[in-house]
Amino acid sequence: MMNTDTSFNLNSPERLARDADRGSTPRIKRLRRISHETQPHIDLERAQIETDVYRRFEGSVSIPVLRALVLKEYFSRKTLYLGEDELLVGEKGRDPQCSPTFPELCCHTLEDMRVMNARKLVSFAVTDEDLRLQEREIIPYWENRAVREHILRAMTPEWKSYYEAGMFTEFMEQRGPGHTAGGGGFYRKGFREYQKEIDEALSSLDYLNDPEAWDKEQELRAMSICCDAVCILGERYRNLALERARTCPDPVRREELKAIAENCAVVPAHKPETYWQALQMYWFVHLGVTSELNPWDAFTPGRLDQHLFPFYERDTQNGTLDDERALELLECLWVKLFNSPAPVKVGVTLKESGTYVDFANINTGGVREDGADGVNAVSYLILDCMEEMRQNQPNSNVQISRKTPERFLKRACEIARQGWGQPTFYNTDELIDELLSAGKTLKDARNSGCSGCVETGAWGTEAYILTGYLNIPKCLQMALFDGWDPLLNRQIGPHTGNAEDFASYDELYQAFLIQLRHAVDVKMRGNLVIEKIYMEQMPAPFLSVVTEDCIERGRDYNAGGARYNTSYIQGVGIGTATDCLAAIKYNVFEQKRFSMAEMLSAVRDNFEGHDMLLHIVRNRTPKYGNDDDYADAIMQDVFEAYRSCVDGRKNLRGGEYHIDMLPTTCHVYFGDVMIASPNGRLAHKPLSEGISPEKGADTRGPAAVIRSCAKMDHSATGGTLLNQKFTPAAVAGEKGLSSLAALVRTYFTMGGHHIQFNIIDRQTLLDAQKHPEEYRDLIVRVAGYSDYFRNLDERLQNEIIERTEQSFG
Amino acid sequence: MPEPLVFNIQRFSTHDGDGVRTTVFFKGCPLRCAWCHNPESQLRETELLLYAHKCTGCGRCASVCPQGANSISGGRAGVDRTKCIACGACAELCPNGAREIAGRAIAVRELVRELLKDRILYEQSGGGVTLSGGEPMWAAPEEYLVTLLRALQHEGISVYIDTCGFVDRQVLARVLPYTDVFLYDIKAADEQTHRKWTGAPPERILENLVFLNRNGARFDLRLPLMDGANAAEEDILRVLAFLKREGIRPRKIHLLPYHDTGAGKYAALGRPYAASALRAPSGAVLEHFRKLFLAEGYGPVTIGG
Repeated sequence: MMNTDTSFNLNSPERLARDADRGSTPRIKRLRRISHETQPHIDLERAQIETDVYRRFEGSVSIPVLRALVLKEYFSRKTLYLGEDELLVGEKGRDPQCSPTFPELCCHTLEDMRVMNARKLVSFAVTDEDLRLQEREIIPYWENRAVREHILRAMTPEWKSYYEAGMFTEFMEQRGPGHTAGGGGFYRKGFREYQKEIDEALSSLDYLNDPEAWDKEQELRAMSICCDAVCILGERYRNLALERARTCPDPVRREELKAIAENCAVVPAHKPETYWQALQMYWFVHLGVTSELNPWDAFTPGRLDQHLFPFYERDTQNGTLDDERALELLECLWVKLFNSPAPVKVGVTLKESGTYVDFANINTGGVREDGADGVNAVSYLILDCMEEMRQNQPNSNVQISRKTPERFLKRACEIARQGWGQPTFYNTDELIDELLSAGKTLKDARNSGCSGCVETGAWGTEAYILTGYLNIPKCLQMALFDGWDPLLNRQIGPHTGNAEDFASYDELYQAFLIQLRHAVDVKMRGNLVIEKIYMEQMPAPFLSVVTEDCIERGRDYNAGGARYNTSYIQGVGIGTATDCLAAIKYNVFEQKRFSMAEMLSAVRDNFEGHDMLLHIVRNRTPKYGNDDDYADAIMQDVFEAYRSCVDGRKNLRGGEYHIDMLPTTCHVYFGDVMIASPNGRLAHKPLSEGISPEKGADTRGPAAVIRSCAKMDHSATGGTLLNQKFTPAAVAGEKGLSSLAALVRTYFTMGGHHIQFNIIDRQTLLDAQKHPEEYRDLIVRVAGYSDYFRNLDERLQNEIIERTEQSFG
Repeated sequence: MPEPLVFNIQRFSTHDGDGVRTTVFFKGCPLRCAWCHNPESQLRETELLLYAHKCTGCGRCASVCPQGANSISGGRAGVDRTKCIACGACAELCPNGAREIAGRAIAVRELVRELLKDRILYEQSGGGVTLSGGEPMWAAPEEYLVTLLRALQHEGISVYIDTCGFVDRQVLARVLPYTDVFLYDIKAADEQTHRKWTGAPPERILENLVFLNRNGARFDLRLPLMDGANAAEEDILRVLAFLKREGIRPRKIHLLPYHDTGAGKYAALGRPYAASALRAPSGAVLEHFRKLFLAEGYGPVTIGG
């Protein structure tokens, strides 16, 4: 049938050219352009100040206090930036697109710095002066004492083999623990109020009966110093704005600068009184958390529409705010978040998360604390803002509950089908189920959201820490080769028997379970040591101030101070693992089309010379993603096996381990460390991502995909990721919009956690690959986040092109 | 109960009626429209499709064929259709996907089970099931259809039937109570035109439409239009005159510009393709036709499906 509606297709070069000019006002257009055109660069000011503080105080003060002094000195001495046009103030570094470094976690070598400067993708400019500083001041102090080196020294040889073989990754070797996400506390309380609470906690310490009293005192004192730190930053900005106002020739800007000064006189010391101050308050807290350490997930503002709505309502009612201004201020925040690239990464950490995106994942919609529908006027403004700004950062998404109005869902679908990857959709009712089953209160569960890619947390009350990805298909590969790794060409895992001697599928499956459990055990043993290192050496007293119960308990966020303390290991490649097991079960043990020996020689030979076998496993074998119970039952087995290996284990912070099923970009790395697999996937090709089917395996359309995926018990996880790709034509017109909305509702009714759409045609992507310069602004959904297509490496680009293009028929 | 052949079950179908639907394509049609997009829908028997361009000449099809119907010459596979019984042995084996079998017998119980899978999606979207083809009321036995329709109605699932109208009145009368909407095709009202392009006269089709109209059926009209065949203004005026004369009131009218999908599938079936000279009418012409219907009080009228 002919399709006349092309209004949705915004990916042509002409339309993208308009992207240079986004923003609802001229001010935003200017701010956004500067933010987008500036090359990310390294900033060593923080590292220098930190090194100075350590040299002066280390050994003479407790570790929490030392950490707090670093933040205080940084905020007292750092270069301030107040850009022309800005309404929100404050930068992590000296100016936009700065990436401060954290040598206490990872002390970059000069070689690291040259690589980050020269690499084609995700590069950060490093000057000769930076190199000189690093060599003379930073390296001499931090070499051999950064957390990364502590960790690597403390790991067993077995852990190192597994790490080297790509059996798992480690989140904390270069970044602080997180998923950090803001709750609602600091919109109701300023840091002088927090300080009073801290004083009260200090005064009620029981030094005679509580053996931890001194530890608590040190932690609380550190928290108090952090409150001073952020108040000093506010005060410095107030003075700077006043000084600029005095000399500003333009009367309009002069008034703005005075207003900024007034805002900074209120926040962060006191609670915000206006919508504008609420946004500035969040931004100061963001700077505090992300300057103290470099924790994962950028301390997202989380449920921003819920937090801002009371201020919006008051200001619009008393006539001091209109929608235009409210939108412009949101756009200022979008610019601020875009100004802050993810901390620079190297090595495996770069491979598992190869992006500038720092995952500030804003959730819009959902339900309120009292259970009522959470969609409000600010929710719609946020949708307008994300559509207008079209940025990969912040990662702006929606929560859909049973109560969410159709109008909101359709508006979100309307933006999603423009094909740049946002918003993605989270199932509020299912998130609440997850959190309740993990022991949260109903109220805390309703205040929850998804940060990072899809990871559920009770925001403001939970320290939920992702510890690394686990390569599930490679555990199966180990079972097929008796613990031998073809990549390293040595035995790294336990002996589980010669696969050719397995007489039944069950024997193979048992071998797989042993390998899987062993890999989890190796990872877990390392995790507990790493947790301990952070508990003792890298407390985060500022983050602890704004995370509930840390003050009351006198304990740090990294040491179990939060109300809830959860750890995750994220499973990768369940689609690939399922299809591999199905291929063997169906063809070797049931249909007896070929022997295990033939299968093994085919995967060793990368299927060269085995084209019939390849044809059978690719095209004549049940596969996950087709609503085929044969394959889907195997997926359920693998899921349950993985869940039971991890779920409920104790962490050191008084909480438990759970699982997530998401990859960021790790499915590409994990595929790269594997030879061919029994499902017909060739050597070094990416694994399936999230809980999506192996690419090309799903041939029965999106309805079958969501049914297959919904057979997983999503509520038993902390998040799952499903990627669906549509061509623009498939979602055209009002009918396309309704169909997309119905697909979301249906998946969520069946208990799905998350779904996201890539709506883009293959031709566009191929062209963009050939002519990256013409598609500078082309954003695609990679995994749990969007990124610029031009910034992805060729393998990842190819993978996105090859993902099955679902057609609406 | 004899089982009809189905050549495709398409889930998440958004162009065959309201909401999101699962469309069942039955194999077998009494008409031979020159522009037919799915020539494999025409015969009531399984057929082999052979896509020559995908063939690498490996010869596995020739060695596996129990009828000796397959051969390789000049590095490409061929099939002797007088010998081929469409058993599928070669299609199962072909590593390049050059061979496919169209048509699979399916029991009512199995079909219902498949169609119920997307119940939540139907409910969320206001969709359901569409029976299409081919011509479902010709391809499937009457009892089979009625059993299927009753089972779906029992589950509260909306059923649409996409029909060419060239069917027995008795079958139509039996399915009418169980069919929420008929998607009723009219190719032409004129005897000559209809016969020339579909191989059959239009009377039965038009009479069946009158029957549906008088007996409480709900139906949308779908007019597939191809320039050079049935898309002159007088063709449209004839259809309009018929509708007015008989007082026919469809829910909606869809003008479907058909375009040349190429001879690929015809070649794969070893059949000639007769529609290569036909083109879709221009947007302006379609808009003009739309206004003709609107002016006579028919609506809504949409272009494209």
